[in-house]
Amino acid sequence: MMEEGADLSVTIAQIVHRLKGAHLHSQLEKQARECLHRPEIKLESLKEDVRSFLKASGWERKLQNAVYRELHILPPPGHPAAPPEHTKEPLVYMRKAQASWEKRILKSLNSMCTELGVPLARKRPVSEQKELTNKWNEMGTDEPDLSKFRPVYAPKDFLEVLISLKNPNYDCREGLTASSHWGLIQISLNVRDIPQMREAYPELSLTCSQLGIDDHAHIPPDLFESEHIRIGKKVVSEQDSAAAQQYSRQGCPTGFRAQLWALILNATNEPEDIMHYEQLKAAVIHHDLLVDNLIYKDVKLTASNDDYYFVFEDFLYQVLLCFSRDTAVLEHFSYNSATPPKSYIQGKTGAEEFTVVYPPNGVIPFHGFSMYVSPLCFLYNEPSKLYSVFREMYVRYFFRLHSISSSPSGIVSLCLQFERLLQNHLPQLFYHLQAIGAQPLRIAFKWMVRAFSGYLSTDQLLLLWDRILGYDSLEIVAVLAAAVFTFRAENLMQVTSLASAEAVLADLSTLKVMPLLQVFLFA
Amino acid sequence: TFFPSQQNSIGYTLTSLPPNSDSPDREGRSSVRYKCSMINSILDVLRQRPGWVEIKEDGEWDFNWCDVGWLRENFDHSYMEEHVRICHFRNHYELTRKNLMVKNLKRYRKTLDREVGRLEGAKCDFFPCTFELPSEYHLFVEEFKRSPGSIWIMKPVARSQGKGIFLFRKLKDIMEWKKVQRFSLNFEDQRDEAPVESYVAQRYIENPYLIGGRKFDLRVYVLVTSYLPLKAWLYRDGFARFSNTRFSLSSIDDQYVHLTNVAVQKTAPDYDPEKGCKWQMQQLRRYLTAKHGSEAVETLFKDIDNIFIRSLLSVQKVIINDKHCFELYGYDILLDQHLKPWLIEVNASPSLTASSQEDYEMKYRLLEDTLNVVDMEGRLTGKEKRVGGYDLMWNDGPVYREDVSLETLGTTYQIANTNLGCVNDRRKQLRQLLKPFPGHKRS
Repeated sequence: MMEEGADLSVTIAQIVHRLKGAHLHSQLEKQARECLHRPEIKLESLKEDVRSFLKASGWERKLQNAVYRELHILPPPGHPAAPPEHTKEPLVYMRKAQASWEKRILKSLNSMCTELGVPLARKRPVSEQKELTNKWNEMGTDEPDLSKFRPVYAPKDFLEVLISLKNPNYDCREGLTASSHWGLIQISLNVRDIPQMREAYPELSLTCSQLGIDDHAHIPPDLFESEHIRIGKKVVSEQDSAAAQQYSRQGCPTGFRAQLWALILNATNEPEDIMHYEQLKAAVIHHDLLVDNLIYKDVKLTASNDDYYFVFEDFLYQVLLCFSRDTAVLEHFSYNSATPPKSYIQGKTGAEEFTVVYPPNGVIPFHGFSMYVSPLCFLYNEPSKLYSVFREMYVRYFFRLHSISSSPSGIVSLCLQFERLLQNHLPQLFYHLQAIGAQPLRIAFKWMVRAFSGYLSTDQLLLLWDRILGYDSLEIVAVLAAAVFTFRAENLMQVTSLASAEAVLADLSTLKVMPLLQVFLFA
Repeated sequence: TFFPSQQNSIGYTLTSLPPNSDSPDREGRSSVRYKCSMINSILDVLRQRPGWVEIKEDGEWDFNWCDVGWLRENFDHSYMEEHVRICHFRNHYELTRKNLMVKNLKRYRKTLDREVGRLEGAKCDFFPCTFELPSEYHLFVEEFKRSPGSIWIMKPVARSQGKGIFLFRKLKDIMEWKKVQRFSLNFEDQRDEAPVESYVAQRYIENPYLIGGRKFDLRVYVLVTSYLPLKAWLYRDGFARFSNTRFSLSSIDDQYVHLTNVAVQKTAPDYDPEKGCKWQMQQLRRYLTAKHGSEAVETLFKDIDNIFIRSLLSVQKVIINDKHCFELYGYDILLDQHLKPWLIEVNASPSLTASSQEDYEMKYRLLEDTLNVVDMEGRLTGKEKRVGGYDLMWNDGPVYREDVSLETLGTTYQIANTNLGCVNDRRKQLRQLLKPFPGHKRS
């Protein structure tokens, strides 16, 4: 009991420390000061009166939401003597693997840099700055020559690294037996199986109504939809993050999904957010980064070719170029197993005081990265708001999809969970696929790395991401991958090669996500 | 197989089903002889319809999917038996030629103003201010001078020909055009396709609704099976066509011959209105709902319904009604930034060529359901409010959804029976609605 209390006060102290000096803090102080003029504030009961004023005017709720946000990104409590690396990633072998993967990426980036003779960063001449400012809203019209640039890595390269991960303490040399793991991931982590998922995700059960199933055309809205919408409106008007998150588990109505997600993520569009975005935009105008070309290439290769996302091309540049320059993103590396790459000012290699993080936000984009942003364009079109929401989604969820960690939402756990779920649910299918050289993970990996963006139709994808936010976990992505295989099991049993298995699973655009999940977990 | 395969046609002796017990005068046919002048998706639909046989030479036909040229030359001299169907109305151009459409709408509006009141007439303000040239030239100049600085668009009425469509801001920009017109009229043969009144000048919508900085317009399909009384169906599917370039007004400041983004596309020799990127209507509807909320979008779609109904009512008394005729119109609608829909034009021969697999499937469904509504096989009772993806929008009066819940009882508020951009679960609906084709088992 003592420990719990001690843990709690540590948490409280951490959150207070983080919020102190934040903009919200100064706003609250200002509000408290100004309300002293109000008639209902009496000197005898100053503290209580100011408190009730803040509550009535909605400021207490804003503070609650801010605290709630901090709780989300707070790492789990660790041993007081543990070094900071443990907060990033407690398992040593994972840290080592991540570090060597990072070395590889950086090497690839540096060699591209030298080969092409393009500097990592370059100040733009004034004329170029002017041109870019004029073209800011239509950067997609540019057709720069990107043929020399290659993506730094593609998901399949990353998959090879994950497959080769080994825990030195775990002997998995036993052959293929009924009780062994037939998949590609060779390590063992604690991932939830179906009974555990049922317990953790009760709102997806057959007896619980939700959007994506119970709002179907032939079901009268009175049964669920109308009431759900009414509650949603209330949640939005109360501006309550925690309530919004709980609500999202049953799906967000199209009409106010944008507000609900912003609420859950506590992504605001206050003047200071807009100003921050404008500063980032100015940074883009002043300096050209090598990674900008990688971003251009990625957008042109992925989003621009998509039937539905091509329209948002310009927004993607406006978000991703600014994202690369946002040093506020560096904060998340305290709980991300990854470490931002360092670069040296020319001529001073090795001198620690001349290192600079590159790119400024520490995140090197890979092939398909822009697909994290594309679905959000469907909801937000003011660039600063879109940016705000994307950044928060990244530092809470997306980063876990491309860094090696033991987190239950990390890509390693998701891969393992996917394989285990499929093997336990449909052992015949799994055995057949691995026997013909079509390991399921080889197909499902690309879906999971992108959280299915670009593979599902937009409305279905948004329903899936509703649940990622609602349950604050990416596990649902692994479950969906297994559910997709289950759905196409009959056809998959007939195939005889990896290529034909890929063909069966090539087009997911007609799938309905919620029924698949529900049937997989509860039926 | 029992039914004709794609290439060969097997002749049948004409038989007809016993009349449907619900409507004694609807005789269905188990074999339909058709003519088709197109080689796109309509031909595929016709060929794959059980019991339908293609007539290539000058044989007798029961159904003709013809082009407007054929209609113009042959309709007046053809005798058609009672059951025969053809896909155009004789004088459809009252609705589909820009100058005539505007003339009819203006006249209809005046009638409403006079007989019902200005409020009712105001419901017709869904087309931009338009003048026929040269006949209304002076009226046009008056209006032009009243709103200096605004942009106008010049369009040939029948088709994009010669210089085609262009934008202008100053009167002097069209002085050249005027001279050219007089020149060509003097030296070219007078053809009845190029009458003197061959252009319209229209206020350009300068604030279109943009998505991703791009302008788009909507293509919506409306099927009319009768004008007197007016019976019109609205298809749930459709699409939004995006221009490839970002919208900008700055390029009009060049000479009038420099055509803008949209106009460039329209006058390019390989202009294909179906090329360019598209969103399915359902995607657009969801996007707008996510951005503006469901109430605003429902209002928008109600306003769009209003465009169809009023444009059809405006020509109702002018179109030569003929029980043999039906027509599938392609409406082009533009949205502005205030989510107000504008009628750009109505096409009597909307393109049935597909630009992608998804597009092909949509047009296939559309045409299949069109044939289901026309119902040569006599499988419908005539009382249906929905057939596949078509919802009955107007049946000599507005058609409402039947939903009478406790809240709506006693109130006058009723929901229209239209579902543009909504889920199109047509296969299920058709299974429940229709008997299988003669000789076919229910699959």
